[in-house]
Amino acid sequence: MINDILAILSKYSYVFVEGIKWTIILSVITIFFGTILGTLITFMKMSRNKILNAVTYLYIEIIRGTPILLQMYFFWLWLPKAINVNMSERRSIIVALIVNSSAYIAEIIRAGIQAVDSGQREAAKSLGIRDSYMMRYVILPQAIKNILPAIGNQFIFMLKNTSLASTFFIGELMTSWRTVQTATYKPIPALMIVGLIYLMMTWTLTLLLNRFERRLAESD
Amino acid sequence: MTDVLLKVENLKKDFGSLQVLKGIDQTIRRGEVVSIIGPSGSGKSTFLRCLNLLETPTEGRIWFAGEEITAPGINIDLHRQKMGMVFQHFNVFPNLTVLQNITLAPTLEKKIPKAEAEKQAMALLETVGLADKRNEYPRRLSGGQKQRLAIVRALAMEPEVMLFDEPTSALDPEMVKGVLRVIRSLADSGMTIVIVTHEMGFCREVSDRVLFMADGVIAEEGTPRQLFENPQHPRTQAFLREVL
Repeated sequence: MINDILAILSKYSYVFVEGIKWTIILSVITIFFGTILGTLITFMKMSRNKILNAVTYLYIEIIRGTPILLQMYFFWLWLPKAINVNMSERRSIIVALIVNSSAYIAEIIRAGIQAVDSGQREAAKSLGIRDSYMMRYVILPQAIKNILPAIGNQFIFMLKNTSLASTFFIGELMTSWRTVQTATYKPIPALMIVGLIYLMMTWTLTLLLNRFERRLAESD
Repeated sequence: MTDVLLKVENLKKDFGSLQVLKGIDQTIRRGEVVSIIGPSGSGKSTFLRCLNLLETPTEGRIWFAGEEITAPGINIDLHRQKMGMVFQHFNVFPNLTVLQNITLAPTLEKKIPKAEAEKQAMALLETVGLADKRNEYPRRLSGGQKQRLAIVRALAMEPEVMLFDEPTSALDPEMVKGVLRVIRSLADSGMTIVIVTHEMGFCREVSDRVLFMADGVIAEEGTPRQLFENPQHPRTQAFLREVL
């Protein structure tokens, strides 16, 4: 087995490097835009506008209630037609990943905000502090501590979810595995290589997130 | 001139099918110290929280400083700035230092320059013995210190009335005195105070008027002397037998 792994690595490492590159690109884009979109959706869902509430409620329920693979197929088939642009498959899949993660992020942020003791809101109101200031200076700084651990988890899910893009041969790590196993007929050693790479990536991400959380805890 | 500060007319509040306030009429004059006592579940806190609309009344009208705050389209934030409130569980802001807790509302909403707000905050902290804690975060304070901080945080907005919602109920016994001393000196300074309390001794000493609430109405009211020494309503008599 070790010999197989080494043999595959010596011959096909460039395939894995390409896979790593795309997994990182997909993850970074998904995490970045997913977080921004998710934050926007949170505020839309928490706003007083009933229509916005209903739309975001539906959005979140649909995304969370259907498989991510189905969403990928949907955007892959529908998006190029909808915007009438000859879009690369990769872009459609990235949109699906962003949309999917935004719904989960939105729920994490909303839960974190609502977990702040209601007395904090009442105290700010009793002082006559308007809602936007209350959010910014009282609620959000406290909510962030509830949000961060959960959002870190979500980032790791998002990184791993990019593997589903291999269904569309997008070029990330699981696609690399499919390429290598077809060429070598040795699927298991190749799978172990890919597994180890994923582990290293998720560990690195966890490490970064932990360090960020610690820094935030110190500033308090 | 009888200077009316707060006027409540036919105030009712339902929580679902539960009617907590069943029609309250009250007038509170400037400089008055009014205590609200009564068994738990009688609606004392709900009544107090309706005064600054932390609870929205189901029915009835409230006037503050001559303006109807239950009127539609009113900016309640502006009125709340003149109505300080102190809560049972302090509700100080844990993400801000002692000083920042006090200066937040004045700098944001009254646009007072930071340096000036801090100077004013320090003067307030001196009066409650917390000046040396100015840069601490609230988690380093005792319950009594947190409550004194909460009081000066409200005072920093220079309110016309202070509403106290059982301010000593969540405190360890040895912390109660210090907080009551602060409230008493406020009362002595002429501040209008409405306080929900279980501290009968304190209530008797500082109040101009005591309201006894039961089952969502003010069952009886009067001077502390009238109410404590010669209660008329059987509910008042029963309650005082229990607590005194």
